[in-house]
Amino acid sequence: MIQFFQMTLSGISQGCIYGLIALGFVLIYKATETVSFAQGDLMMMGAFGGLAAMTWLGFPYWLAILSTVAAMGLFGMLLERLVIRPILGQPAFSVVMLTIGIGYVVRGLITMLPNIGTETHVLPVPYKDEIWKMAGLVINVEQVSVIGATAILCLLLFALFRYSKLGVAMQAASQNQLAAYYMGIPVRRLNGIAWGLAAAVAAIAGLLLAPITFVHANMGLIGLKAFPAAVVGGFGSLPGAIVGGLAIGIIESLSGFYLPDGFKDIAAYVVVLLMLVVKPNGLFGEQLRKKV
Amino acid sequence: MRFIFKTDYDQDIRLAKHEGARFWYSALVIALLLAPWVLPEYWLAQLTFVLIYSIAGLGLMLLAGFTGLFSLGHAAFLGVGAYTEAVLTNAGIPFPIAIVGAAGLSAAVGWVVGLPALRVRGIYLGMATLAFGFIVEEGLARWESVTGGNSGLQVKPPSVSGWALSTATEFYALCLLITILATLGILNLLRSPTGRAFVAIRDSEVSAQSMGIHLAHYKTLSFALSAALAGIAGALYAHKLQFISPDQFSILQSIDLLLMIVIGGLGSVHGAFLGATFLIAMPQAIAILKDYLPASIGQAPGLQSVIYGAVLVSFVLFEPMGLHGRWLKVRTYLQSFPFYRKGMFKRQKSFQKSDRLR
Repeated sequence: MIQFFQMTLSGISQGCIYGLIALGFVLIYKATETVSFAQGDLMMMGAFGGLAAMTWLGFPYWLAILSTVAAMGLFGMLLERLVIRPILGQPAFSVVMLTIGIGYVVRGLITMLPNIGTETHVLPVPYKDEIWKMAGLVINVEQVSVIGATAILCLLLFALFRYSKLGVAMQAASQNQLAAYYMGIPVRRLNGIAWGLAAAVAAIAGLLLAPITFVHANMGLIGLKAFPAAVVGGFGSLPGAIVGGLAIGIIESLSGFYLPDGFKDIAAYVVVLLMLVVKPNGLFGEQLRKKV
Repeated sequence: MRFIFKTDYDQDIRLAKHEGARFWYSALVIALLLAPWVLPEYWLAQLTFVLIYSIAGLGLMLLAGFTGLFSLGHAAFLGVGAYTEAVLTNAGIPFPIAIVGAAGLSAAVGWVVGLPALRVRGIYLGMATLAFGFIVEEGLARWESVTGGNSGLQVKPPSVSGWALSTATEFYALCLLITILATLGILNLLRSPTGRAFVAIRDSEVSAQSMGIHLAHYKTLSFALSAALAGIAGALYAHKLQFISPDQFSILQSIDLLLMIVIGGLGSVHGAFLGATFLIAMPQAIAILKDYLPASIGQAPGLQSVIYGAVLVSFVLFEPMGLHGRWLKVRTYLQSFPFYRKGMFKRQKSFQKSDRLR
């Protein structure tokens, strides 16, 4: 029974990471209806950025976190302005290939850094290797920090989208772009902000994941598991992304423990196939119809 | 400028539209036939890989370029074909039957993958095929009694009624024969009602349905044919490498195949061949380029990744019609000299077809 809770807890923490990356996907999808395969690699870049801020630039912990997140946000906006904006309107397949290309370039550039790119690094966080013992459970503080940070981030994003003008404008632009233009909303600037926000969320995910899996150039492949999370939650829904991530994380963790060898890796994909057969729009997705 | 003077209805459906096309394609076939005597062995091996990848590229081009269903897990079909061929050949079955078996099993698997294609579209189909690709890769690794698991499988050379094709030249001739048959098959398919139905589905599903095209039938047929071609390519790949393991058919291989058809030119048969040439020539070009770059850049492990990504990004941004598109522009310039206008191939600024309101 204790093991069940341990597994569930680690599943929830892994699921929070998947949920954060899926959140980035869904933000970009809602704003520009493009699917970005570069989120995983942006997460890896955020982790390396945090590493650089903490070790090379010597910033204290909180300054390093804030500066990395801000820098990645700006990078996301720059990426949108330079590379994505010219091709909006092209078939979705081209945009997907473009983001795959961006992922390759980012991964390659990080790998090319002499002596840093090819090795695995440890991120020096204050709560490294700490453990709480509570009622027979051994809880890893790194996992709890992931869950806590995700919860706080979700609250912040909820407040942003519900109460701030920027958030309401972003929702409007994602629901009906033409009407948003008519209302004077600067839609293209908001798309840039959406990309920047998605990159910042990816950076936070990277900084949270780094103490658990260490910083290395192939961290971005976790992004491929976050796709099932976004699909399970429904591609157009932000809470769906988090719920989908948690679902995939818990299922993966429990199947690694209870099912035979090898099911852990494919559990996420089996779930997504089942979801697509049973409920193609995901748990929270919307099905809109257009009359011809 | 070339004016084609038509005197016969057959000329409309003929594959080679004019004598110039007949001349150049015959010259190409003769050059390919003479290749074993002209090229050194290493380049002959690379040319064999180009032929194998172009067969796989033809399959994916049929699915993504001509039917508009994009598949992120195509390497799974390659893997199924490769392992089927390996198991059948190691059991002593002659090559023609084994390759039909590999193609048939791949086609069946492709048909099964195509069934959800009817309910899901766009990015969800991509996700479904991605998920399927991972499951197949893991399945091949775990099913150790048949596939040898992660330690891989040795493959015997193909044998036709006792005569084993073990030299490079013989195998190259086999690949060339299969490539020519596959290309002729695809070209014929595209000018038949089935091929036109595929293109109609790509352009507009609603209109295709209104014209009486049965979507379910044609979509699963497209998946099955594309998977069959990938299975044939996988079978030849297995014989070429003589040793296969599940990690050769991973998501990276799928992305390589997609890269190949996007750079070659989506929606054209030439694109499969140009893309395959690019895919094989790029590592060679990078290897030659490394000597001219300073050591910190040239010897870095990530260089290939950066160049692949940069080439892909620049092709999508600046040359969406791919290498074939660039060739079309050059040819139109030469054919209509001096009347070529800058805007002849201009991309229409279109509003993106919304996936959410369909």
